[in-house]
Amino acid sequence: MKIGIPKEGRAGERRVAASPESAKAFIEMGFEVCVAQNAGSLASFPDTSFEAVGATIVPQAQAWTCDVVLQVNPPSEVEIAQMREGGTLISLLRPAQNAHLLKALMAKKATALALDQIPRITRAQKMDVLSSMGNIAGYRAVIEASQHYGGFFGGQMTAAGKCAPAKVLVIGAGVAGLSALGAARGLGATVYAFDVRASAKEQVESLGGRFLTVEIEESGETAGGYAKTMSKEFIDAEMALFREHAPTTDVVITTALIPGRAAPKLWLADMLKRMKPGSVVVDLAAEQGGNCEGTVAGEVVQVDGVNIVGYTDLVSRLPTIASRFFAKNVQNLISELGGAEGWHIDHEDEAVRGALAVEAGELRFPPPKIERPPPPLIAPTSEVRAPEPEAKQSGVARWVGSAVFVSVFALIGVFAPMEFVQHFSVFVLSCFVGWQLIWNVNHALHTPLMSVTNAISGIILVGGILQAGRGLEAGASVMAALPVVLGAVAILLASINVVGGFLVTHRMLAMFRRGKA
Amino acid sequence: MSVPLTAPPIPVGSVILEVTDYWLPESLLPVMYLVAGILFVLSIGGLSSQESATRGNFFGMAGMALAVVATMLAPEVASYGVMAGAIALGAIIGAALAARVAMTSMPQLVAALHSFVGLAAVLVGLSTYLDPGHPLEGAEAIIHGVEILLDVSIGAVTFTGSVVAWAKLDGRLSGKPLLLPGRHFLNLFLVAAIVGLAVPFLQADPGEGGLWLLAIAGVASVLGVHLVASIGGADMPVVVSLLNSYSGWTAAAAGFMLGNDLLIITGALVGSSGAILSSIMCKAMNRSIWNVVFGGFGSDGSAPAASADQPQGEWVEIPLGNLVDRILDAREVVIVPGYGMAVGQAQRAVDSFTRDLQARGIRVRFAIHPVAGRLPGHMNVLLAEAGVPYDIVLEMDEINGDLPETDVVLVIGANDIVNPSAQTDPASPIAGMPVLEVWKSELTVVFKRGRGVGYAGVVNPLFFLDKTRMFFGDARDSMEKINAELKSRS
Repeated sequence: MKIGIPKEGRAGERRVAASPESAKAFIEMGFEVCVAQNAGSLASFPDTSFEAVGATIVPQAQAWTCDVVLQVNPPSEVEIAQMREGGTLISLLRPAQNAHLLKALMAKKATALALDQIPRITRAQKMDVLSSMGNIAGYRAVIEASQHYGGFFGGQMTAAGKCAPAKVLVIGAGVAGLSALGAARGLGATVYAFDVRASAKEQVESLGGRFLTVEIEESGETAGGYAKTMSKEFIDAEMALFREHAPTTDVVITTALIPGRAAPKLWLADMLKRMKPGSVVVDLAAEQGGNCEGTVAGEVVQVDGVNIVGYTDLVSRLPTIASRFFAKNVQNLISELGGAEGWHIDHEDEAVRGALAVEAGELRFPPPKIERPPPPLIAPTSEVRAPEPEAKQSGVARWVGSAVFVSVFALIGVFAPMEFVQHFSVFVLSCFVGWQLIWNVNHALHTPLMSVTNAISGIILVGGILQAGRGLEAGASVMAALPVVLGAVAILLASINVVGGFLVTHRMLAMFRRGKA
Repeated sequence: MSVPLTAPPIPVGSVILEVTDYWLPESLLPVMYLVAGILFVLSIGGLSSQESATRGNFFGMAGMALAVVATMLAPEVASYGVMAGAIALGAIIGAALAARVAMTSMPQLVAALHSFVGLAAVLVGLSTYLDPGHPLEGAEAIIHGVEILLDVSIGAVTFTGSVVAWAKLDGRLSGKPLLLPGRHFLNLFLVAAIVGLAVPFLQADPGEGGLWLLAIAGVASVLGVHLVASIGGADMPVVVSLLNSYSGWTAAAAGFMLGNDLLIITGALVGSSGAILSSIMCKAMNRSIWNVVFGGFGSDGSAPAASADQPQGEWVEIPLGNLVDRILDAREVVIVPGYGMAVGQAQRAVDSFTRDLQARGIRVRFAIHPVAGRLPGHMNVLLAEAGVPYDIVLEMDEINGDLPETDVVLVIGANDIVNPSAQTDPASPIAGMPVLEVWKSELTVVFKRGRGVGYAGVVNPLFFLDKTRMFFGDARDSMEKINAELKSRS
């Protein structure tokens, strides 16, 4: 099979969908790799670096005719027309917005995997280009901000005077926001971060940021870990908070995106007015309409003395690392697809199914919804649920089992005395209660569970009391005294167990605490 | 309880008390037992979360106190001196044990306590046989005989099994499984012997079968010793929880024997608890309970794991300075604790290490394998003791996916739970066991006491991988060295 890597068609794009490392990996997986002339030159991957790992340099048109074509940006219809019948395309595709591209791909009987549609599950992280690109965009946003900001990010005290560290406000603590936070901290700024998702607090603080929040109980998190649209009260409170911070903030970096919608307007004209002249807003959502009123996509503009950076190619401004990360994500996806030998579009594979937009000319978008519980905000130790029934017993074994079960109960019913039957019912019901109870016990508490049940099993103490409590007659024979003595020893042993078990459980439980951090 | 005791305190020893008219309402005792049973259920239910667990434990204590008081009020209990003395003495010993035990010795303590329950059950069984309280006839007598038999034999297996488990955990016996030739037949033979001895015991006249009963207890004791002795040290967590289960069943059997519902309820609760715990752990090791109990691990006639094609390679050690450099460069650090951390008592040093890194903005998390340590949840208890917040302590399934993005993994005294051959080598004795995939991280540093193999006796190819470095020494010493080095860099 041939993998083709054409040069990107989009104006200003410096990235490329493969790196020499990923090309080498493809060849090891059994592919032939054809790289278009100068495809990687803007990303500092000259043609010679691809040739050095065994790839072939081909004209641009020929790269498009390979079995599998790798691209960063969604291709144009013209480019799709160059694909071979039944070829495979792997790129960003935004299928919800690009119905016309899907049509063109279907006409080519093509298969298309949209990298932007890979679900946000742990297993698929290695293929998640949105995260790896977001990371880069966040970093670059800080670099752009410092470019347009007239001061230091870090504070200084010098003979020529002192300056306070710049105050940076990051709105939206997703991958890009956190990355921006880290980069700004690295330059010495004081960083605040706002997010509607309470789960972001810990992440913000872990990077040394201060988490801003509003006092309204509402979770802004969807099942996939993305943000959702919030209620009006929440937004009002949020705006009030931003207005409060606007006069003291030097740099605002907005990263708020809601999947499939225009970016929410969060930094309004009046907030720009409140900011000091020379402050900077970097709007990472410029392409989706911008989070800031006043953003012009692709340009830097001044509004009320504030520089608003609306670049839409932030990632492409770090072309080498962006290409390398992108290539690695794609490489992981191709390895997930089985490489050249085991190439297989597995519908059961959640990551692959999510990305699959068109398959052999058939529309596969959108993928079927998979319900999943929301990710826990504070990672709890996951509890164990009722077990799956063990490998199905064979029919015979099940019949034999049932027969034994029925006959035991029948025997008891027919022959056992009433008293025994009563005790037996208590026993069976208690077993069920115990069974239900234990499955709910927290995994981390299994040792305390064992010691508390151990203490409880000292209930045999009761048996000892019943035996020893009969008392001794004066001058009783050794044989007559024996039951009482045995009972007394049993009491002694059982009470060691009871007291020891409960106290040690108490000691252990006293240690479990939740961290304040 | 506000109910006054009628009987005055009586000196230990000679007491004569004729039970004549009983003044308490007949249904009071069962109701008190019922309340005690409910308290026990609440006690275990409380363990569903850390917040309610302490309250749960108090419910358990209250239930036990109520059960004891209720039993003392029972009509057949007439003498208090002996039992008061025995309870007081037992309480003192138990409290002393509980106060003094180190958290790292929990497994031993739990095993030792199980043995007490087992022995107590045997004694109660013998005592009941000698003095059943009221004469029995026909089917009743046979059922009662069987109940005594079950109580005594399960009790004896629990007793001796727990003693052996305690000795293994405490290092007084080797952790290696004792693999006698034909051991499965030996087990079968012992069980058959118990059944065989049961026949003359049941046929004997009441009170005359005592010797048969003693013989049964003896055979069951041998069975207990042999069963546990033939299980390897790595499987001890399962064994301890199995014995926990047995101690419950033996209490339930005693309940049948004495016609006491509270014993039955409690025994069944504890019995099913231990059974479920064992099954959870077996699942975590991808082995069946039969395999654990009868497998003997890595034996069974097939050649043991030590063969010519064992992974070989070089240990590459990492100097302290380099290790600290790598840790300070990291953003994500994951710590995998194992039994070595418990043995080295390193948990507090690990905690201060964690705090130091957190203060530097490095994210530190703990990855706990379900069978790490010698008890289920053992590592959680140790980390909790040291004060590590439990929300950074994650389970294997929660963290495995993050390991490829982790910069440094510190494996502190763990071995089999991070062994990649569980996934790669179908012939490995631990094949198919889910493991922590630490080798996917950027750097794995293994803290190890010596150059031996893990408890399962399997060589770990992890140690020879390119991205693995070794750091030899006692776990606590190593952590303290690192802490000191970190301090010098701040």
